[in-house]
Amino acid sequence: MAKKQKMPVSRRGFMAGSTALAGTMGFPLIGGAQPAGVKVGIIHPVTGFVAFAGSQGRFGATMAVEDINKAGGIKAMGGAKLDPLFGDSQSKVEVGVAEVEKMNEAGVAAYIGCYQSPVGIAASQAAAKYNTPFLIDVGASDLIVSRGLKNVFRIKPGFGVCVDQGIEALGAMNKAAGGVAKTAVIVHESGEFGTGTAKLLAGKLPGIGIAAKELIGHDNPTRNFDNIALRIRSSAPDIVMMSNYQNEYVLLARTLHQQKVNLAGMFSVLGGGFNYKFAKEQPEVSQYMMDTNHWYNPKSEKAQALKKRVEAAGKEFTFEVYLAYTVVGLLADALEHAGSADKEKLTAALASSTFKAELMPYGPTKFVNGQNEGAKAAVLQADKGDIKVIAPAEFAEMKPVFPKPKLG
Amino acid sequence: MLDPQIILAGVLNGLLAGGIYVLVAVGLTLIYGVLHIINFAHGSLLMLAMYAVFFLWKLSGVDPYVALPIVTAGAFAIGFVLYRGVIGRWSHGKDENILLITLGVSIIADNGALLFFGGDTETIDVPYAGKIIELGAAFLPLPKVISCAAAIAICLGLGLFMARSDTGKAIRAVAKERQGARLVGIDVEHIFAVSYGIGIACLGAAACLLMPTFYVTPQSGYAFVLVAFTTVVLGGMGSFVGAAVGGFLIGITESIGGLLLGEQLGQIGISLIFILILLLRPTGLFGARA
Repeated sequence: MAKKQKMPVSRRGFMAGSTALAGTMGFPLIGGAQPAGVKVGIIHPVTGFVAFAGSQGRFGATMAVEDINKAGGIKAMGGAKLDPLFGDSQSKVEVGVAEVEKMNEAGVAAYIGCYQSPVGIAASQAAAKYNTPFLIDVGASDLIVSRGLKNVFRIKPGFGVCVDQGIEALGAMNKAAGGVAKTAVIVHESGEFGTGTAKLLAGKLPGIGIAAKELIGHDNPTRNFDNIALRIRSSAPDIVMMSNYQNEYVLLARTLHQQKVNLAGMFSVLGGGFNYKFAKEQPEVSQYMMDTNHWYNPKSEKAQALKKRVEAAGKEFTFEVYLAYTVVGLLADALEHAGSADKEKLTAALASSTFKAELMPYGPTKFVNGQNEGAKAAVLQADKGDIKVIAPAEFAEMKPVFPKPKLG
Repeated sequence: MLDPQIILAGVLNGLLAGGIYVLVAVGLTLIYGVLHIINFAHGSLLMLAMYAVFFLWKLSGVDPYVALPIVTAGAFAIGFVLYRGVIGRWSHGKDENILLITLGVSIIADNGALLFFGGDTETIDVPYAGKIIELGAAFLPLPKVISCAAAIAICLGLGLFMARSDTGKAIRAVAKERQGARLVGIDVEHIFAVSYGIGIACLGAAACLLMPTFYVTPQSGYAFVLVAFTTVVLGGMGSFVGAAVGGFLIGITESIGGLLLGEQLGQIGISLIFILILLLRPTGLFGARA
């Protein structure tokens, strides 16, 4: 009697296996129908002397890319995902340019960067050779948008606008205080950002009745501000204005406080170290210091929600984070309008963009020669370890304290 | 023309800054004098010591001055183990290998710090940070006066240790003639490790003295180490006294140069000294002829 042969695979097993196989085989076909991702070059100085600011920018951009992709990608392109390529400028101009070239080979549709003005200027110039849009998230120099390059877009205000706003606010405060401040000393870092800002400030201060007594430049890094404090004390200004990157900003503020340099106010424009961390960790030093800087709209629910998420991730909610987040949103919006990653169409979409940057106190974008005309800064003041908006009035959280009480 | 009072205050500021330069340079010159190598990891190890001071304060509330013996001893141990376990073992007795290894250590330390501690500026807020001593036009911050006095005391102590103790004598013997030292029974490899440890311990002490008034980032060590190299060349490679005199001279030159020429041009004075010394007295002020 022939033995009943045992089926090596049961019918049910065969069905299950076939379904699984069909699924597996079919998946790449479905995957193949997915639109190609849009490559975006994101360049920040995540090493080198401004590594903290750069890593904050990268963090903000990463969050935005994740949020956009999670929400379905670029709908006008069939749900194409943003595919970020991260570059490190190492806080050096030549490395920033090399990153642009490398990413061009990889086929990026647009660039975002670069925090430092000199790197942004050179990197966007390199991107112009390939007609690739370059979106500046942070970069204060107005040279960035005054070279006639059609591929450069800056959503935030440059130092020109920030200086104008800062001067206007300072003038109003000084007038309200009976014109106590008549002279100022400007301390600035010696690069494009600090020198450019200082020159603008010196030119505009006389317009509000304050004479710029002295402009003091310093290198990055500077080990010791004792002598600068000495010079400031000997010229006895009413106000010290500062324009420097984070480390020197903090060190200068600490030195002036330690050396009991009495001033009616300390005022900076785009002060690199004026942030929540500085206010919290150095409450006495930072008390009543003022800064004109990029700031989120404190009345925006979206901004408050993002602030909570960033802080929950153990990070600080600095302007690098929310500006990079906003700029990725601007790019996604332009891609939606262009319906393609074609560089010409994308550039045209950016040039005519009316993107609503909800996190920022800006209206819809309106680019003129690459600069968003609606961009504006906020005037801030440190108070008891916190930072409050004091101008413009529609976003103000407290009234300015000026002149500040004398040091004991 | 600047007021003489301001010039005097500038000199005092320069002396206070010079105290720290001395301490950093003494470590560097000791390592050069004994091992005959330039320690490229000096700035990075200073930065790590500054982070150690910062975290001791932040996590346990330990005052930087109280932390001085802990961090100095820890830095000595790390320097000793680093030499024994890495530099001495992998260099195979070749100076060029030591240079490359110390360079490698510095790259790993810098990037490790960036990875683990982030790039943010970290500061310590101590209650005495705002205390000052008024001396004419000079307002001398108390922490800087303490750091300068402590740096001088540490250098004097180290000088005494080198002159009087058996280990100090062995270090000097190895620095002068390593083959001869070996012949009289000195464990030269052990002395190399001890010397490297002492050099790094100086950085530990410098970190404790710096942190009440300075900040730390993964790059902050370099701000001091470049000056330390100039100090060592000025004073004479391997010379203790040279490092001490050189540190103060550099501090004063930098300070007065900054006052007279502006902060950016003031740095020219340091470079000028460096070039003049190399041209006119390549052995440095107190360096011995090779």
